[in-house]
Parts: sequence; C-alpha cells; structure tokens
Amino acid sequence: MIQVESLHKKFDKNQVLTGLDLNIEEGGVFAILGPNGSGKTTLLKVILGMVVPNSGIISVGGESIKNKWKYRQEIEYLPQIANFPGNLRVKELITMIKDLRQKSSAEERLISLFGLKPFLNKKLSTLSGGTKQKVNLVLTFMFDSPLIILDEPTTGLDPVAHIRLKELIQEEKQKGKTILVTSHIMQFVEEVADEIVYLLEGKIYFKGTAEDLMKKTDQTNFEHAIATIATTKHA
Amino acid sequence: MRSRWSYVYFLFYLLLGFVLLFLNNDVSKAVITLMNIIIVLVPLIGTIFGVMYFYNSKEFTELLLAQPIKRSSIFLGQYLGVAGSLTMSLVLGLGIPFVLYGLFKSDAIFDFSLLLVTGAFLTMIFTALSFNIALSNENKIKGFGYAVLLWLFLALIYDGLFLMSLIIFKEYPLDSFSLAATMFNPIDLSRTLILLKLDISALLGYTGAVFKQFFGTNQGLIISILMLILWTILPIWCLIYKSKRKDF
Repeated sequence: MIQVESLHKKFDKNQVLTGLDLNIEEGGVFAILGPNGSGKTTLLKVILGMVVPNSGIISVGGESIKNKWKYRQEIEYLPQIANFPGNLRVKELITMIKDLRQKSSAEERLISLFGLKPFLNKKLSTLSGGTKQKVNLVLTFMFDSPLIILDEPTTGLDPVAHIRLKELIQEEKQKGKTILVTSHIMQFVEEVADEIVYLLEGKIYFKGTAEDLMKKTDQTNFEHAIATIATTKHA
Repeated sequence: MRSRWSYVYFLFYLLLGFVLLFLNNDVSKAVITLMNIIIVLVPLIGTIFGVMYFYNSKEFTELLLAQPIKRSSIFLGQYLGVAGSLTMSLVLGLGIPFVLYGLFKSDAIFDFSLLLVTGAFLTMIFTALSFNIALSNENKIKGFGYAVLLWLFLALIYDGLFLMSLIIFKEYPLDSFSLAATMFNPIDLSRTLILLKLDISALLGYTGAVFKQFFGTNQGLIISILMLILWTILPIWCLIYKSKRKDF
C-alpha cells in the first residue's frame, strides 16, 4: 500500500528523518510509535504530500506521489491538532468537505455515534477540545477510502467516545482497509494495532507485532517494552 | 470575515465618489483628486487585506491541503478571492456614483476608466505581493511588518530616493533613467500614466515632455500596461512556486 524509500527531511537545522525505509502492506492497523519529536507526524505529512521531503521516494498504491494530488482522494487524514476555521458551523464544515470530495458519505451515523447532533449549528470556535476532536473524527471516517491516517486520534476524548473510536477502527479493519495510527496511549495501541512501527532518531527502529517487541526487549508488559527501547537507546 | 470587510471597503468608495463629485461639481477634477487617493490607498488596502486574510485562513488552508486538491488551486483560489472582491469593491464603489453623475456624457470617461484599470492592477499586484510575504513568514507580526514596509517603500521612500538621485546626477541626461526607474515601481507607473493622460504634464517641465512623448502615445500606454501585467504575473507565479515547496 505504502512504500517509503530512504526518506530524508530537515527542518532548518533539525534533521528529523534520516533515510527512513518503510513498507506498509495492504489491510490492517499499523501503529507508528516513537518518543516526542521522533518524526511521526512528519512521516504522515510526507505521505499526505503536506510536507515536501528533501530526498526519498514515496509511493501510495504503487504510484509515486511526487507532484500528485489525486491520490489523496483515497486517503482520509485526521490531523493531530484540530484547527478548523472558527467562523464556520459544524454543519457547514461537513457539507463543505463533502462538496470537495464528491463522494458518498455516511456522516449521519457518525454524528449520532459521537452524539454531535446538538452541536451541528454551533460555530467551531465555540466547541471544546474534545468536541472538536469528535467533529474531526466524523470528517475523517465519513468517506469510504482504503487508507486512513490517524494522528493522535484519542486526544481529548471521553471514555464513551474512546470506546466508540476503537469499535470504529475495528469495523474499518474488517472491511480490509489500511489504517495508520499514532498514539502515546499504549493501552489503546495494544488493543487496536496489528503491527508496531517504532521510530527512533529518524529511522525505523523496530517493525513487527507487539509479541515480537516484548520478546526482543525481554519484557512481559507492552508499555514497559516500549519504554525499554526509548531508555536503552538514549542511555 | 472577508465579505464583511469588502462591503465596508465598497461603501467607503461609494461615499468617497459621491462626496468628491459633490464638492468638485466636475468629473475631470474629481478624477484627479481620486487619483491621489487611489494611488496611495489601494496598494495599502491590498497589502493589509492580503496579509490579514492569509493569516486568518491558515487553519482553513491546512484543512484543504489534506484534501484531494492541487496546491496551486488552493492558493490561486484564495488569491483570486481576495483580489477579486477588492477589485469589485473599487470598481463598483467608484463606478456607481460617477455613472449616476453622468459619466457617459462627459469627456472624462477614458481617464476615469484608466483610473479604474490601474486601480484594479494595483489591487492585484499588492495582494499578490502581500500573499508572498505572508507565505514566507510564519510569524504574523513579522509578516505584517514586512508588508507595511513594502507599501511604505514603494509609496513614499522610492519617490524620495528617485528625487535624490535626480538631484545628485542632475548634470547628466536622465530621461531614460527616470523612465526606467518609474517602470520599476507599480505605484509610480500608475501615477505617471494617469497624470499624463489627464494632460497636466505641462506642470512637469522638460522631463514631463519626455514622459509625455513616451506615456502619451499609444505605444507608451501599451508598454506601461504590459509592465503592470508583468508586475501582476511575476508575484503570482512566485506565489505558486513557493507554495509548492512549503511544508505545512
């Protein structure tokens, strides 16, 4: 589904990605983990074409994405920080995105799933962080695209919404979709992810299942296994 | 946000047009007064609105960037939205009072349309320049500062430097130099273009005669308009080039 070859990216003097290679197969949930500032969001944004890499080849669905934009029709992206134009109403925003995509969408179900009905006519600037994140989730999941990219989807969600989100991810996985997700909540990752991709110092440090990771680090607890990588590598 | 301010801008020009006509009681005189206002105000408004709009719609831009839309269409669309609505406000706001006053019966119709055309060009040029500044500066305060400085430079400082150089090098023939120097500043170019069309070049003395020879002819008019078009296209092209290479 996604191939990344020797990807380099530098922001001014800050070298974020140094020759990253990654191959994401079709179908399944892939968790991209790593310490703060390890380049998780940058990697996702490069795949989306929002960040222009210094060098490297990225292809989605077998085709290079350089200077292309139509392939984004097949990707749903949930940004890390829900920055919406504040003067729009929730309803208007949903309609606008639907107009842009020109695809069938299932927003009704998602709106009731997250209990957003009472907020539809409210302006986005008046919403709380968690509600904004729910709107963000509706916008992401309302289309039927084969690739879903979620950057910190759990931020600000209440327990009910959290459970709904996990169900939603499982449901999309059943349909054979490829889902990339980043999160710092290890319990969430352990529950939803089929494979772990661990980023460290601009490269892929580990790629495999959670069991492999625990074996490799001699830990019985997933959270500790992740912490072990981070501390031993930096010590 | 954008539409509300362009209404205010439109009403301002509407009011300005009526007041000037009322005070001057003559279309050609009103055109001269208007020119002085347009030459300074239009670039300023274009610059400020451009920067303001760009920074205000940052979130919106980021949202669009993840959608299946070409980058150049996002930025061109935003640019045309701002420049287009400002131009509409200018043309309609000034056009309505003058048409009501009986512009079509007056002989100033050509001067007036030239005024509107240059005004439209100035709007497009300065909006494009301000978009470029906003795109290359993440920091809002810095972006605003640079944009206002650019306006100040082209509207005032450039003229000062130009005059100083004329005084320092007065021993030499300066006709072609001053012609070229005028070309490199869209504000000066528009001003000279309108002034000479208004037939008051006699006030400008010998240089005025040279200018008249150049700008007064059809050839000069065409070259000046071409220069204005170039001034518009270059920043737009630069905007597209930059936007393709920017990280969000």
